[in-house]
Amino acid sequence: MKRDAGLLRVQGLRIEVATAAGWHAAIDDLALVIGPGECLVLCGESGSGKSLTALALMRLLPEGVRQTAGTVWLGDTELTALPEAAMRRLRGGRLAMIFQEPMVSLNPVMRIDRQIAEALRAHRGLAGRAAAAEVARLLDAVGLKPEHGLSYPFQLSGGQRQRTLIAMMLAGEPEVLIADEPTTALDVTVQAQILRLLKRLQRERGMGLLLITHDLDLAHDVADRVVVMYAGQIVEEAPRDALYTDARHPYTQALMRAMPAHGQGPLQAIPGAPPAVGAAFTGCRFADRCERVQPRCVQEAPALSTVSEGHRVRCHLAGQPAAARTHGPAQGGREQWEGPVLLQVEGLAVRFPIRRGLLRRTVGWVRAVDGVSLTVDRAETLALVGESGCGKTTLARAILRLIEPSAGRVLLNGVDLTRLSSSALRRARADMQIVFQDPYGSLNPRLRVSEIIAEGIAALRPELGRQARQRRVGELLEQVGLPQDAAARYPHAFSGGQRQRIAIARALAVEPKLLILDEPTSALDVSVQAQILGLLEALQARHGLAYLFITHNLPLVARIARRVLVMYRGRVVEAGPTRQLFAQPLHPYTRLLLASAPGQGLAAAVEPAEHGPDVTAGCAYAARCALAEVRCRRSEPPLAAHGEGRVVACWLAGPR
Amino acid sequence: MTLPFQPVILWSDALLLMLLAAVAAFVLHTLRHEHLRAPWRAVWDSRLGMAAAVVLAAYGLIGLLDSLHFRARLPAAAGEPPQYAAEVLSLFDHLVGPLRTQVEESYSAPFATHLFVKKTLVTADGRVVRDYPRLKYGGAHLPDPQGRWADVAARGIEGAGLGSLLAAGAWGLAALGLAVHRRQPLATALAALARERTLKGPRAALLTLTLLVLLTGAVAALAPHYHVLGTDKVGQDVLYLALKSIRTGLLIGTLTTLVVLPLALTLGVAAGYFGGWVDDVIQYLYTTINSIPGVLLIAAAVLVAQVHIETNPQLYDTAAARSDLRLVFLCLILGLTGWVGLARLLRGETLKLRELEYVQAARAFGVTHARILVRHVLPNVAHLVLITLVLDFSGLVLAEAVLSYVGVGVDPVMPSWGNMINGARLELAREPVVWWQLAAAFLFMFVLVLAANLFADSVRAAFDPRSGRIA
Amino acid sequence: MTAYLLRRLLYAIPILIGVNLITFALFFVVNTPDDMARIHLGAKHVTPEAIARWKAEHGYNKPLFYNDQASGVARFTDTLFVQKSLRLFVFDFGRADDGRDIGREIASRMWPSLAIALPTLLVGLAVYVSFALLLVFFRATYLDTAGVVLCVVLMSISGLFYVIASQYLLGKLWNWVPISGYQPGWDGLKFLVLPVLVGVISALGESSRFYRALFLEEMHKDYVRTARAKGLSEAAVLFRHVLGNALIPILTGVVVVIPRLILGSLILESFFGIPGLGSYTIDALQAQDFAIVRAMVFLGSVLYILGLILTDLSYTLVDPRVRLE
Repeated sequence: MKRDAGLLRVQGLRIEVATAAGWHAAIDDLALVIGPGECLVLCGESGSGKSLTALALMRLLPEGVRQTAGTVWLGDTELTALPEAAMRRLRGGRLAMIFQEPMVSLNPVMRIDRQIAEALRAHRGLAGRAAAAEVARLLDAVGLKPEHGLSYPFQLSGGQRQRTLIAMMLAGEPEVLIADEPTTALDVTVQAQILRLLKRLQRERGMGLLLITHDLDLAHDVADRVVVMYAGQIVEEAPRDALYTDARHPYTQALMRAMPAHGQGPLQAIPGAPPAVGAAFTGCRFADRCERVQPRCVQEAPALSTVSEGHRVRCHLAGQPAAARTHGPAQGGREQWEGPVLLQVEGLAVRFPIRRGLLRRTVGWVRAVDGVSLTVDRAETLALVGESGCGKTTLARAILRLIEPSAGRVLLNGVDLTRLSSSALRRARADMQIVFQDPYGSLNPRLRVSEIIAEGIAALRPELGRQARQRRVGELLEQVGLPQDAAARYPHAFSGGQRQRIAIARALAVEPKLLILDEPTSALDVSVQAQILGLLEALQARHGLAYLFITHNLPLVARIARRVLVMYRGRVVEAGPTRQLFAQPLHPYTRLLLASAPGQGLAAAVEPAEHGPDVTAGCAYAARCALAEVRCRRSEPPLAAHGEGRVVACWLAGPR
Repeated sequence: MTLPFQPVILWSDALLLMLLAAVAAFVLHTLRHEHLRAPWRAVWDSRLGMAAAVVLAAYGLIGLLDSLHFRARLPAAAGEPPQYAAEVLSLFDHLVGPLRTQVEESYSAPFATHLFVKKTLVTADGRVVRDYPRLKYGGAHLPDPQGRWADVAARGIEGAGLGSLLAAGAWGLAALGLAVHRRQPLATALAALARERTLKGPRAALLTLTLLVLLTGAVAALAPHYHVLGTDKVGQDVLYLALKSIRTGLLIGTLTTLVVLPLALTLGVAAGYFGGWVDDVIQYLYTTINSIPGVLLIAAAVLVAQVHIETNPQLYDTAAARSDLRLVFLCLILGLTGWVGLARLLRGETLKLRELEYVQAARAFGVTHARILVRHVLPNVAHLVLITLVLDFSGLVLAEAVLSYVGVGVDPVMPSWGNMINGARLELAREPVVWWQLAAAFLFMFVLVLAANLFADSVRAAFDPRSGRIA
Repeated sequence: MTAYLLRRLLYAIPILIGVNLITFALFFVVNTPDDMARIHLGAKHVTPEAIARWKAEHGYNKPLFYNDQASGVARFTDTLFVQKSLRLFVFDFGRADDGRDIGREIASRMWPSLAIALPTLLVGLAVYVSFALLLVFFRATYLDTAGVVLCVVLMSISGLFYVIASQYLLGKLWNWVPISGYQPGWDGLKFLVLPVLVGVISALGESSRFYRALFLEEMHKDYVRTARAKGLSEAAVLFRHVLGNALIPILTGVVVVIPRLILGSLILESFFGIPGLGSYTIDALQAQDFAIVRAMVFLGSVLYILGLILTDLSYTLVDPRVRLE
């Protein structure tokens, strides 16, 4: 083969996974080419086989997974034919890989510099002073300081660990670097930094970069070419601009409509769920979810066909342009709606004591939530936005008194929950319920769905008899779009999206007026996320529910919420109507969050520190803020009104 | 009308029956819930697990038969109130008849016809010689001891033959059950049982059963005429002793559970769920108990019990009741010292469960603590309890031997493997060696513990997917 | 760090009080000195005078908590609780039934116990870890399966069997080493071979299997995948990364038992005739000498708590994530 045919070439890759019923293909006839200095993004939802592809290239497939066909060439070397010893020399050398979970991907008891030096010795034979110098150079290349090398992983933040992993993998001067969801576990501001770093390294070193992600917006920012996978197959492959202007596969098109950052109005969900591993196919694998499905699609599997140079699509209808999609009228028109106040939180604080010394005296406090005030009106959606550790989940639990607040009041319909006795609190809780993030941890695996949904009814409406309870369960299942026979089954029989529907039904069972939604869709694929958000919107319209929607996903907020509250380190730094706040963010932190959201290139002007040290005085954000002045570090800015309905806590926002 | 016997329910019998009732309830509960049945299906599919289960069942059957006690009615003149023997027998004793009653004078080797020690004998012609006398029962039917091996072989094969008929019956029954279940012809079911991959677990069980039945047949045919495993110092049949010891071993391994389970479950879960001062108190409690060397605490408590029994002999009407109480007491002590490990495990797991979102969701509904514990916590720690109890069983059986050796185990007159070992270990110094009593005790104990370990392994593999399994 | 140590030491006090109360209840309340006297005198000689004499000889002729015969502080101190139970806190163990000083016996008998227990622990650790590593290196092969089956078989065998079989085979039949006995100094080494060997073998199955499970659990962690992606060999992954992490629970699990080693092993010492604390205890049990048993229970608790503190300290040495405060 000619060298210019690509640096990394994959042909006819087939990967099988062991299930209870034997081996089943998870990847079928997959072909990829990455050129030198090219960034190829492999995009797909969970279960599409993208991570297995990467591990197969590294020949690091876990137990219970095997490659049964296909060849992989790196330059002139056929990886699939190499003996293990030769492959080992290549791994971390010419071909390297970084992983999704930087928090657990480093050896916890080995110093950073030693972990990097290990790779240097394995691939470049460096030791002693030469190795130390090279470690320092690598740390510098990924934006870490030399003293970071002397740390253990637990002393570093998530972003710093991911930088460490990158440095480690650069040690062997790879020709191709594989990055498997390298930023999924990181905050959005850190994500942007890591992506910029990867792009810079790719350009500087002329390295091939295979980046794997579920996020089409992120792909847009970094890719030269994009490959979209579905159910173990490539469904579309195109240069970046061609894909984003002229996506041909109905799946790609639907996926783009389901992304929050695209378009306006309600998100367009893809009906159904991706097929499970081991499903048998005769026709197109996407046929049962496709809105343009034709009889041929069900009978005959389509092949990849070329529509223009470098743009290939696996669809019978690829030649026909998509019918112009009629968008429903945008439903952003409820902004002027002013309802009576349902929930009013005043100065709510949650502090955890830090105890030290012989007598475990309290020497300080961790302020998880520090004087937060907010109101939620009837039938409105208030979004609460912040990065991990900002206290948003603690706030949610404190509002429900699942955690006892240290100070402040929570008024629900004018009644102060923080002062209620436990029996009165129980009655009050019927008006306010919560839906959690993790669809796997939030349902007891030992209970039937009917028992799960009926739990709240039994606790809060004990007057209802068994029959009435079962009838109510049936109604709720229908409302959340689940079949009636779901009642008798156990949670493990359901997908993540379906579980989240069960969790919503459980919360609705007691007819609450307010639902606290704690990242209800962040563990779900985008297509399923759109389904759940559609359901929530319909329920809100039907029952007049109010939502306190907690999320870290800013583009999502723009699509669902009337008002937004931005939290940083336990405090509200900015709040206001969504449209105004997005159009003209006032706080530097809000500006950073908006600029870091993927889908707008990687051209943020400032590269802020990842995390500041703990502050005792002044603005909590000052340590990261590029604009910080002396007064910012001296005294804490109050949350001040700034135009109609807007508040901001920043000295620099200026009077208006 | 009077019964020919008077049933006697010892403390340990009552507790055992209670335990069996609890196990039966657990099995019924499991059968009714699909998600509880599912992991057991993995045990059902495991060859080693099923084979071990059959061996355990055989031990269990003997132990159960040996736990149905009675006192036989003595022959009495008509009109008099019935009198019962002082000796408490079990159904097992009754079934094995000659094994219990055919007592020699002292040691004899397996299948021996003569005593192991020389005695002063008076020959037919009146001479006094020192020689090995013929045994009273072992091989007594043989006119000439020279031909005994042929006799042994013949009787053994005959017994095994009878056993093979039984085994064939078992295969037939299993095939019949399968045929009815699958609505297949009997021949098809039999072929499936012999070959089908999905039936490898039950097949292993049947093969084990076949082996056991053949062995039992042969031994049953030989035992009335020979001491298959020899006799001990006072001439008791070693096979009988080894079989009688099964009940002791099983009781130690299972009755302890009755103490461990409630303690570990309530304290461990309470510590993890409530935290705060409840946790502090419970942690203090188990650190204190753990800090005392286990053997010493057991020894001290057993000494106390012994003193109590010795100073209050009037409370116990039979020797069996006395040694039985000591056994129950030993189980109690083992339980009181043994709950700590499980409680710690449950505390840790409950700490994790408490933070899970479904528990939080239940709290958001105002569900009471008791209900949360019953519905959300207990069912999700049940697998840990099961795994730990099964794993602990073999440790307890082994511990009995050590404790009896130290002198703080079961009553010295109670048949147990520990007592057998203790009684025979000094005889290794003899020339030639008296090995059979030790060998029998170790062998019977080893088979039980190995079966328990293998079964525990397949249970663990089925309930805890992270653990590595053997095969 | 010092604050932490101090707090742990303070925490030990209520535990030792608890232990003291348990033993006091067992030996003086449930089972009174009268009962003890009866047992020691034997059934034939039990008369009220004999019991009183026995109690006086052994210092048990005092009330439990309050002595109305005495005056002043002695009303409380001249009682069984103070004299027999609280004295343990100052390591005053009193005298055994044969009149010997228990504290002095412990001081001289702990060395033979250590001579057996320490080598058993160290050799055992090395053997078990190596064996487990071997199995993990060959994981999912027939060698691994066979090794695990061997472990299960070994752990199903009673510890007494190892003792008896080794004494019979190595000592009696083959005459390699003395069956039993003890001698201090280098000449005594030959007496240690058999007990140490038996001690190591009897825990081989269980420990190796446990360590193998620990190693395997580490093998499935993400950092191992990173190490492989770096291009390290399987041996480097195993020895440099997995071993380092798995050793943390192994070492800290071992540290907790180290102080208790001086108590020796009941079985090994009695079978092999080692004049250590294990055989001392077993003799006391068989002679029903409660003063010795009480002393050993208290000493065992103290050593256990010491072990717990050492465990916490060892964490700070082997695990950079742990800082005591």
